[in-house]
Amino acid sequence: MIEKTGVPSEAQIKSCFPEKITLKKPKAIIECYKEIPCNPCDTSCPFDAITVPEDINVRPSIDFDKCTGCGICVYNCPGLAISVMQLKDGKVSMKIPYEFTPLPSQGETVNVMNRAGEVITPGTITKVQRTDKMNKTALLHVEIPDAYLYDAITIEVKHGSE
Amino acid sequence: MKTTECLIVGAGPAGMRAAKRLLDAGAEVTLIDRSDMLGGQLTKQTHMFFGSEKQHASKRGIDIMQLMIDDIVNHPKLTVIKNATVVAMYKDRVVGYVIGETYHRIQANAIVVAAGASEKAIPFENNDLPGVYAAGAVQTLMNVYGVKPGHKVLMVGSGNIGLIVTYQLLQAGVEVVKLIEAADSIGGYLVHASKIKRLGVDIETNMSVKRAIGKDEVEAAEIWRLDEAWQGIEGTEEIIECDVICMAVGLAPLTELLQQMGAKIMYVRELGGNVPVIDKDHRTSIERVYACGDMAGIEEASSAMMAGEIAGLSAAVDLGYHVENYEDDVARLRHELSNLRDGPHGEKIRLGLKKLGVLS
Repeated sequence: MIEKTGVPSEAQIKSCFPEKITLKKPKAIIECYKEIPCNPCDTSCPFDAITVPEDINVRPSIDFDKCTGCGICVYNCPGLAISVMQLKDGKVSMKIPYEFTPLPSQGETVNVMNRAGEVITPGTITKVQRTDKMNKTALLHVEIPDAYLYDAITIEVKHGSE
Repeated sequence: MKTTECLIVGAGPAGMRAAKRLLDAGAEVTLIDRSDMLGGQLTKQTHMFFGSEKQHASKRGIDIMQLMIDDIVNHPKLTVIKNATVVAMYKDRVVGYVIGETYHRIQANAIVVAAGASEKAIPFENNDLPGVYAAGAVQTLMNVYGVKPGHKVLMVGSGNIGLIVTYQLLQAGVEVVKLIEAADSIGGYLVHASKIKRLGVDIETNMSVKRAIGKDEVEAAEIWRLDEAWQGIEGTEEIIECDVICMAVGLAPLTELLQQMGAKIMYVRELGGNVPVIDKDHRTSIERVYACGDMAGIEEASSAMMAGEIAGLSAAVDLGYHVENYEDDVARLRHELSNLRDGPHGEKIRLGLKKLGVLS
């Protein structure tokens, strides 16, 4: 139960996803399960796909027809609660926010974690985006087998030297 | 004795926004802070803020702080006194402060008190061992001074501070063994909780610390399950190996200065303890003395900014300045504040403000 553990239920997770056919194109998956006063997802979206009404406590809603999966909301969300998912050739291509150093490099194999913090599969870093306007939150592109579509959420943080 | 038109005690988000409004109105302002830098708690907030664009949502606390400093710091009518601890406040608006070993006094026509809050602690055996910290101190060590507080941390408290400091410990490369919470559910934003859980930090509710174990410093913590009356249950004890026990168990408003001054004080549990009685424009019971920020009730920094602006505007008007669009600005700020407080996480503060008579 998310209120006790921080882990959303399967039903909660799936409620954030569109149908699989829609995921042939990349789409933002917004996991904002409880009302908090916050709206940067709405204001940062260049395609007007995400809506938070005048009362900013209302949870965001997304129009998957308008969402291009650009990932701008991913690094603007203060709760790091948004990822982008795409199904392509038996794989999931995900874009996730990442705020740890060192950053992984392109081509690197990393451990991919689920929402309970368990390692579920290796994944491949296909791209690392980090520009000034991203305000220190990097966007990692990670490729994993499509069986993990509803499970994968982040990659393991490996700590190097002190 | 030095004099100033308006003295602001505390250069955090509330104090700096109050200063900005007063300077804009034409007042001469002295901003006093015990630290050697402006910004208050924002000096260590490396995470992105919530709220809307009006509160700089999505920017990091430290960057919002810099914007607020840049907004005022070169103003010709601003005097900043750093490293100065205010130790006394009197009804005639004489304020005593200490720099090093020297006592100084200053008299002001108006005073905005934005002194913030102190961290609460919980009692348990050996809680004076080195290694037992409050979360704000851990955050200061890491994010202001670049010092690791330890290697293995037990976090106590699942409010936003406990959740955020856990994440920042992970960012600093420190292991967080577990986060425990005495209540039966997570107190802070669930997005923060999910963020640490997916990185492998377990959150356990209905748990508290029974004692710290160690000779010269913390070597382990004994934790136990709590019953519905928050009493420890014998036989549920568990030993957690750690060298830091980090308490994020709430904040208490620093009301003592206003109390000493004779301002009307009220105990409001939902606001964190003793708070000054204020009206909706942040006036205290003493003429031309205002209170805002955590000192007037524990809330988020975003709310402190809005409240600071209202307090600054009230002070400017009471000092006789004509403020352009005063009514509109105050109405807008009140609207933004109520927007921030409208959700389920604002329930406590709404209840507290009702008890205080600020909200109807």
